[in-house]
Amino acid sequence: MYTYTDFDIQFVKQRAAQYRDQYERWKNGQLSDDEFRPLRLQNGWYVQRYAPMLRVAVPYGELSSAQVRALAKIAREHDRPDAALLADAQATQDAISDFPAPRLKHGYGHFSTRQNVQFNWIPLDQSADVMDLLASVNLHGIQTSGNCIRNITTDERAGIAVDEVADPRPFAEILRQWSTLHPEFAFLPRKFKIAISGAREDRAAIAWHDVGLQLIRSEGEAVHGAPAGALGFRVLVGGGMGRTPVIATTIRAFLPWNQIMNYLEAVVRVYNRWGRRDNLYKARIKILVKAEGQRYIDEVEAEYHDIVTRDGAPHTIPQAELDRLQAAFRPPEHRAIRKDAAAKVAQILRADAENDIEFARWLKQNVAPHRNPELRAVTLSFKRLGQAPGDATAAQLDKAADLADAFSAGELRVTHDQNLLLPWVRCDQLAELWQAARAAGFARPNIRLLTDMIACPGGDFCALANARSIPLAAAIMERYQDLDELHDLGEIDLHISGCINSCGHHHSGHIGILGVDKDGREWYQVTLGGSDGSTLSGEPGPGKVVGPSFSAAEVTDVIEAILDTYRALRQGRETFVATLRRVGHEPFKAAAHAARQPEEALA
Amino acid sequence: MGGGQKSLEIDNTVDPRSLDLTGVDCVVLQFPKFTDGRAYSQAFLLRRRLGFAGDIRATGDVLIDQLVQMARSGFSSAVLREGVDASAAQRQFDRFAAFYQGDAVTPAPLFAREAA
Repeated sequence: MYTYTDFDIQFVKQRAAQYRDQYERWKNGQLSDDEFRPLRLQNGWYVQRYAPMLRVAVPYGELSSAQVRALAKIAREHDRPDAALLADAQATQDAISDFPAPRLKHGYGHFSTRQNVQFNWIPLDQSADVMDLLASVNLHGIQTSGNCIRNITTDERAGIAVDEVADPRPFAEILRQWSTLHPEFAFLPRKFKIAISGAREDRAAIAWHDVGLQLIRSEGEAVHGAPAGALGFRVLVGGGMGRTPVIATTIRAFLPWNQIMNYLEAVVRVYNRWGRRDNLYKARIKILVKAEGQRYIDEVEAEYHDIVTRDGAPHTIPQAELDRLQAAFRPPEHRAIRKDAAAKVAQILRADAENDIEFARWLKQNVAPHRNPELRAVTLSFKRLGQAPGDATAAQLDKAADLADAFSAGELRVTHDQNLLLPWVRCDQLAELWQAARAAGFARPNIRLLTDMIACPGGDFCALANARSIPLAAAIMERYQDLDELHDLGEIDLHISGCINSCGHHHSGHIGILGVDKDGREWYQVTLGGSDGSTLSGEPGPGKVVGPSFSAAEVTDVIEAILDTYRALRQGRETFVATLRRVGHEPFKAAAHAARQPEEALA
Repeated sequence: MGGGQKSLEIDNTVDPRSLDLTGVDCVVLQFPKFTDGRAYSQAFLLRRRLGFAGDIRATGDVLIDQLVQMARSGFSSAVLREGVDASAAQRQFDRFAAFYQGDAVTPAPLFAREAA
């Protein structure tokens, strides 16, 4: 893991002190609500449906066990609404529909799809104390909200993936520093999200981001002065979800690695100057890239040219700086496993797996190969009955930190799919970890399967939501508890968003569910065939709507009808998306429609 | 501004590179709302790209919590609302020892400054 320098440590502390100063000026009336809002937002403090929400930045998803314990402490001591607020919130939730609303929970953290951690109930008058607590473990909420460059995300297997061209983390760290309190880019037309992948398989959904960066080696002849085989980036700009789902455009097929900051300065400066500010829904860079097309690309190239030739390319990364950062991400030391032991371990694991189907399934779904053949990457599942996807109580966070210390050199990663990953697990400790994870309730062998669904906090917490996500996720989770059935269905991306802002990434789900509001009631639109750009999912793109929206009571039946159709139509071990692509959407649409309940039953 | 000074007030949509800055002592940039950040890029282009040495002034919805980033983007003066607590503004300038990225005033990023 990157170790914070004295400068980094001081910077985060100064930021916490600055926030306290701003908070106190607001409290004593020197700052109006409007003036304070963007200041708190750029420190991660939203005001949501019932209470403030804090979004803690987790740069490129990496956390130490000490940081996770600090998050547990915040969950335990600060994620606590007072009784009157909670009672009032529950009464409001109970009035949403005829079905009893689930009990609102508190005392936990939530992993977001952008690898951050959120809390839902911290009173604002504790916010400055919480920022100090975070700063004590080098955490903060800098630019986790507001119209600025947000926390940069990457592949959960960065630095350990077997298919990696180069480790994206040193570049993610360089860009974290570059974007942090950037003076020119703090008030962009709209939020700005960057994702970096260094592997052949895209596990970071880069084409869905405002900027997607893919580390590549140049092919053939020298490009832009870089010799063949040189390291660089493919630069994609203008992807995004929301009302207008757009896949990013490649604006540079190859950019030498040391130019990335100079180039992004051009990308963002042109956006800051040209992006629309008259309409919230047209303010993202995707709209600018779509509207201006080549003119935008030409202007970026011209601006980049000026940055290099006239400004002297001040943000060119020296080799020594890359070396320093690469060294900071060196793999942790681990006790060497005796030669030939790895083969023996594999043999033992196979034998154990034959005896225990659940262990076999866990090895298959939750354990991924590692660049170091002695090690594995293990995903702890936070998708289980009784808790919302990605939620972790204080006790669970502490337990996860313990597992990281015992099995993964004290490191964890928040995954884009809202789980935790242990990146440095010795293969001869897998059985032991499985037992420990099982005891903690983290060993559900469902990673990448239907119940490993993505869901936003939705109408239980979010001020923007049109409908709830959590009860829907719970209903689907309940229906698909049979592991035989789940494994038979195979790998399926189910993504649920409570509104068109698409925080639950419904556009990219093989099955997407979008909450909509009609006449004050919750309805859900179902889409099929979306893709995040992974090998399994195919070319990135949004799913297609199956038809008019469904009532909350119908959705689970609709999902079941769609999955039954898949099972009836698949050939051999064909996946859900493959079947969908081969046979087309019609049979699935018909099945979904047939699962509607007659209107009188709904009344 | 003193008498005899030539001041140029420009809208947010103007590209500073299209201006004739001959004899101009001050360029006045606008913040229609403090959340509208276009003037930061205009200031950067004026100061750094064009090497404009005169006054770059911020007007409109100018708040003390944005003064540091204004200064870093090339602004040299700002018109503040009546009754603003100047000590709170000064605290913001004193807070951070340095920043990571280069800017209009200190072009080199931190790693280059540390290596020098």
